[in-house]
Amino acid sequence: MQHGKYRFIVGFLAPPLGLYALFVVWPFLQSVYYSFTDWTGLSPEFRMVGLSNYRRMLDDDIFWKSLQHSLMFAVVLPLVTIGLALFFAFMINVGGRRRKGGPVISGVRGSSFYKIVYFFPQVLSIAIVALLFAFAYNPDSGALNSFLRGIGLDGVQPLWLGDPDLALWCVMAVLVWSTVGFFVVLFSAGMASIPADLYEAALLDGANRATTFFRVTLPLLWDTVQSGWVYMGILALGAESFAVVQIMTTGPGGPDYSTTVMVLYVYQKAFRDGQAAYATTIGVALLIVTLAFAAVVLRLGRRERLEY
Amino acid sequence: MGSPSEYNGSDREGFEKSGSEQNGDAGVGRRDVIRRAAALGLISFPATGFLAACASSGGGGEGKAKAGKKTAQNPLAVNETTQMEFVLFDGGFGKEYAEDAVKIYEKSFPRAKVKFSATQKIQSTLQPRFNQGTPPDLIDNSGAEQMDMGVLVGKDQLADLTPLLDAPSYDDPKRRVRDTLRPGIVEMGQFDGAPVWIMYYAYTVYGVWYSQKALDSLDATYPQTWDEMLAVCAKAKKKGMAGWTYAGKYPYYLPFSLYPMIGKVGGREVLDAIDNLEPNAWRHPAVKACFDAYYELYQKGYVLRGTPGLDHIQSQTAWAEGKALFLPNGSWVENESANVIPQDFDLAVSAPTGIDSSDKMPFGTVWASGGEPFIVPAKATNTAGAMEQLRIMLGEASSKNFTSKVKSLTAYNGGTDGITLTPGLKSGVAALDKAGSNVVNPRLQDWYVQLQKEKIGVSGLGEMMAGRITPAEAIKKIQEFADATAKDTSIKHYKHQ
Repeated sequence: MQHGKYRFIVGFLAPPLGLYALFVVWPFLQSVYYSFTDWTGLSPEFRMVGLSNYRRMLDDDIFWKSLQHSLMFAVVLPLVTIGLALFFAFMINVGGRRRKGGPVISGVRGSSFYKIVYFFPQVLSIAIVALLFAFAYNPDSGALNSFLRGIGLDGVQPLWLGDPDLALWCVMAVLVWSTVGFFVVLFSAGMASIPADLYEAALLDGANRATTFFRVTLPLLWDTVQSGWVYMGILALGAESFAVVQIMTTGPGGPDYSTTVMVLYVYQKAFRDGQAAYATTIGVALLIVTLAFAAVVLRLGRRERLEY
Repeated sequence: MGSPSEYNGSDREGFEKSGSEQNGDAGVGRRDVIRRAAALGLISFPATGFLAACASSGGGGEGKAKAGKKTAQNPLAVNETTQMEFVLFDGGFGKEYAEDAVKIYEKSFPRAKVKFSATQKIQSTLQPRFNQGTPPDLIDNSGAEQMDMGVLVGKDQLADLTPLLDAPSYDDPKRRVRDTLRPGIVEMGQFDGAPVWIMYYAYTVYGVWYSQKALDSLDATYPQTWDEMLAVCAKAKKKGMAGWTYAGKYPYYLPFSLYPMIGKVGGREVLDAIDNLEPNAWRHPAVKACFDAYYELYQKGYVLRGTPGLDHIQSQTAWAEGKALFLPNGSWVENESANVIPQDFDLAVSAPTGIDSSDKMPFGTVWASGGEPFIVPAKATNTAGAMEQLRIMLGEASSKNFTSKVKSLTAYNGGTDGITLTPGLKSGVAALDKAGSNVVNPRLQDWYVQLQKEKIGVSGLGEMMAGRITPAEAIKKIQEFADATAKDTSIKHYKHQ
């Protein structure tokens, strides 16, 4: 059996690793290389400029603002989304009142319906979601302000995306709305695989819903939550946050830089201002932030694994 | 104009699986390692990888086409068999006008093939080709994905169009092409020095757009001084109509009426100083007077409520519905908002209102300039063919065809006789007639895009008109932005000639 084992393993590993090296690792290295040049992105000529892009970045107020917002996205979004999703998933799968003749563990009434409804936003492309919410946030004729007028709150007519204090929260709310359903389904699947006898035992011991959640559900779901956390962080730092900020916000990135995020800044520098080298520099910074985020999450989340 | 919405999907694979992976078995450690590696890879890919996808790969051009025979019909000596490649921005003006012009080219050079394509994705299609040194021959570099002109010029990527300008015009061999163009077109194509890098084909009139019918219903005429402006706005307010609205999410629409107003109040030199990024250019009293005037619109409640949260389409819709009277915009608004502007709206444009009779320039001073920038890359194989194509488009017949099809003027001076003009276009032509030589052309929006849009527009004017900073604060902030841009060595700087 041992004969040819390594050849077998190498045969399976080589193609994916090769692809990974070609399409992931190599572009990384290239990006780092370009961050030391003055490449514009519009002509093949460029020269090395050493660390000047990095020096410039450290002096760039807009960069620091975008970093701050990206970090805020990476912390707040997973917290809110995963918190909400856990709550919803728990109520759908476990939190129901016990009904006569039914199973020991069940969700609230109509839970199968909710499960589908929560997943709806996931079906829509994020670009469409962003556009829809941009309409809802329209201060003149949007759904939100019309609703406020409808219930007699004529004096309360926020500018939503036009207000620097509200804009970032408005954008985050859209991302929460559009992603929470995915995690509800993800966590529901995780909860479904938790053996029912564990819950029965907890119930026999007189545990209430909160105790059941924190003592039984959450620890057994920890791996899923952790993966979800990393995944949500990617969305918050990467493509998804770019899409909503680019489509919805003033400027985009405003008002007064209140919603600018790192990916947006990379995009603007590379494709609006013709400063691709500086954009790759910000990209390298974004890479470091993302790696640090993943490292922190995986590190903090390390727990003893429970077997069941 | 407006916000580009560009979005490239998300990477959702890889994590879908994790839900069902929970029922652990042995070998936890190894699987965790793999999962972490995968997670790290997934995270970092979108962050940095994509930029290098358009990395440069050097390489030279394929060499130039040989010159053809120079004749009266072929003054640019186009090679009669070489292919000409033409990439058009497929935007508000469509592509029909260019296809028609290509047909004329094909008729003149029956043995030459024309490779014509139209796209909205100018930059993503063409940036790699510039990087490889194999760009097409003629490009309409326009739209949300416009490639930065300053960089293209600074990196010697464009061909000088002087041969085209000095060639005899298409209709009259006695006049050169440059003598048939509207004022400002040639200058706009220059960056520093004599070479002309860009041929702007469309001609845009900026100003204050309104419904003549609505103004008539207020028993008012278009106000020439700011006191009159405030009086008209007060009248409108009594009828439940706001005086002004603007693209609050893209406040860089405000300059369309504000900059020519500054020019009218303080003279051309003020605008030139601003464009040249001179120290204290924004601290000129004329700038302060105009900022104060606009701020007064906000203070007196003459700006439609909620405007800072409206994008260009939403503000244009509110304005077309009669919720607001005046709107700073460009002549594309007639086409862009055609589906919401009522039949009897009677669209009109006026040069901006000034302060009073002590203004340096007369009422009627208007901002008009070229749009749809056509460029010929320096490394194109058939530059003569590209210029010939432009020469055809700048002829009277093609120009008329453009105007009647897309409701916009062209760089060709004239070309409006014998075709029915829409109300907005007619009013634009009248505004140009009234202005005569008093046409100003602020250049910030093509020289320093980031400064104009994001800094002056969003962070300066936008904040001021939302009432969050005062005119004095706005001027201080904008002057600092301008100074920073002047100092920034990574930006190429330009001066008025």
